[in-house]
Amino acid sequence: MSIAVAKTYKLYVGGSFPRSESGRTYQVADAGGSFLANAVLASRKDARDAVAAARKGFSSWSKATPYNRGQVIYRIAEMLQSRAPEFIELLITSRGVDHAAAVAEVDAAIDRLVHYAGWTDKLAAVFGSANPVSAPYFSYSAPEPTGVVAIIAPTDAPLLGLVSVLAPVITGGNAAVLIAAEADPCIAITFAEVLATSDVPAGVVNILTGSATEIAPHLAAHADVNALDLTGAEAGLATELEGVAAGTVKRVYRPKGRPDFAAAPGTVRLRSFLEIKTVWHPTGSPSLAGGSSY
Amino acid sequence: MSETATGVVPAAFADVVADEVRLRRFLDGLPGVDPVALEQRATALATRSIKKQSKLTAIDLAISMVDLTTLEGADTAGKVRNLVRKGLQPDPERPDTPRVAAICIYPDLVPVAAGALAGSENTGTKINIASVATAFPSGRAALPVKIADVESAVAAGADEIDMVIDRGAFLAGHYGKVYDEIVAVKQAAGAARLKVILETGELATYDNVRKASWLALLAGGDFIKTSTGKVSPAATLPVTHVMLQAVHDWKRATGEQRAVKPAGGIRTAKDAIRYLVAVREVAGPEWLHPHWFRFGASSVLNDLIMQRRTQLEGHYWGGDYVSLD
Repeated sequence: MSIAVAKTYKLYVGGSFPRSESGRTYQVADAGGSFLANAVLASRKDARDAVAAARKGFSSWSKATPYNRGQVIYRIAEMLQSRAPEFIELLITSRGVDHAAAVAEVDAAIDRLVHYAGWTDKLAAVFGSANPVSAPYFSYSAPEPTGVVAIIAPTDAPLLGLVSVLAPVITGGNAAVLIAAEADPCIAITFAEVLATSDVPAGVVNILTGSATEIAPHLAAHADVNALDLTGAEAGLATELEGVAAGTVKRVYRPKGRPDFAAAPGTVRLRSFLEIKTVWHPTGSPSLAGGSSY
Repeated sequence: MSETATGVVPAAFADVVADEVRLRRFLDGLPGVDPVALEQRATALATRSIKKQSKLTAIDLAISMVDLTTLEGADTAGKVRNLVRKGLQPDPERPDTPRVAAICIYPDLVPVAAGALAGSENTGTKINIASVATAFPSGRAALPVKIADVESAVAAGADEIDMVIDRGAFLAGHYGKVYDEIVAVKQAAGAARLKVILETGELATYDNVRKASWLALLAGGDFIKTSTGKVSPAATLPVTHVMLQAVHDWKRATGEQRAVKPAGGIRTAKDAIRYLVAVREVAGPEWLHPHWFRFGASSVLNDLIMQRRTQLEGHYWGGDYVSLD
């Protein structure tokens, strides 16, 4: 006979699993409304620490080769697959979905990761270009990561939604601070355990659990956060955060309506967190005698 | 506030420095440091939370205590001029930010700093020029070479001299040699305040730090400074505690106040505030002044600036908003 141990989930910051500096927790209920687990109620200072960790993670992740980033994201998919039964059980317990729906969601999440793993080394070819210019310059444009992206994870589809907002951000070379859905922190932190064993450098993904209403405004105002993904924010909060984010001219992505995560993802999320850098390089003239005009 | 230590050994200790035997007897007779209690106290004081207006005051005080330092082989005149500009106006977005205490550089760059600082004392607090000397950072040179190093820095306009002690001689027990060198350097420094770098990372024990602190105080050092920044570990809180105890006890015994400078390894505003708490609790509130306590650092200034803005504007800042140095 085994004794059921109610798990106490922690945060995922800088590659480790700390408690909140505030010491606060909250109780998470399962689909039937009974106690499932304790989760951390993250504070403003946890958000600050997460941004500092993300800034460190960004410095290595943004410099990693696209090939390497693809391998790492593919590795996340592999690790998720190997822990699929755990996620299926968690989805059934915490969301009350049937077995088939849970399997479908986990499979879709694995597919989504493989999809984005394939994108890393194609970003420059698809979104960059060699620009035709009428002057003696070679001009080209190439995408670069925006930086530290704060994400409010969607509240429905806790695994597929989480992967669908997180993967495009790290695919582009950004680092993420993600606020997990308040009602389903267990899935997010279990996913963090997948990330922690997937060669994702420390700090590239940081996951906070707790109230988005409490934490998100601090992230939106934080000058070291470069972009904001408002997918999981309710309309009122999203509007407020857009206003706050304007103070430091952040990139803000706010989807129209409720995204359908089961559908093909498209590229808008990828593009939202890429900056296009254009370089003009003088080509000079090999020889006037060669018929060149300069 | 006395300008520089006189170099005359106070009557209470005249006997101690009469010869090397008595000096050794005195230093070896100093009470041993209890490392467990020391580290426990340092850790306990480091948890004190400083908030709101007190935090802002502490940040401003810390900025005004910074010896903004560049000690690289690759230093150029341009880098020193930039450093001076940063020291004069740490945060151009907020001109009310206090100036730093000093610019700390190699002796050959002192004229550059002097030129860049010319006239600035008329527009605000004077920024001192601190120059490392005495074959910094190893201190492995003959005494005449060290003296010449000091004299050239003072002649070029240094207000403060950061000397290193001969750690080899100290560890071998030749306290008299170390003492005589500090005395000679003090004499060569003249009116410039003398900082004696103990390089605590090489002294191995807290007992040695206590001995070296007393040795430097007896020899007339105006400051006792933890480290060169070239050896790890550099400044730590417990080591600074031992040194603060030494200047506290020195004042109690002689009535003279001397200064302390931790250097190296202090990177965040939080660290700096922890040091200020230690200064207040171990030495005393009268040490909370740039004349009596300094931070040897460079990167901490950016963090102090960012924390200052955070306090004033209510949101966190990032490295994109401060200068790179």
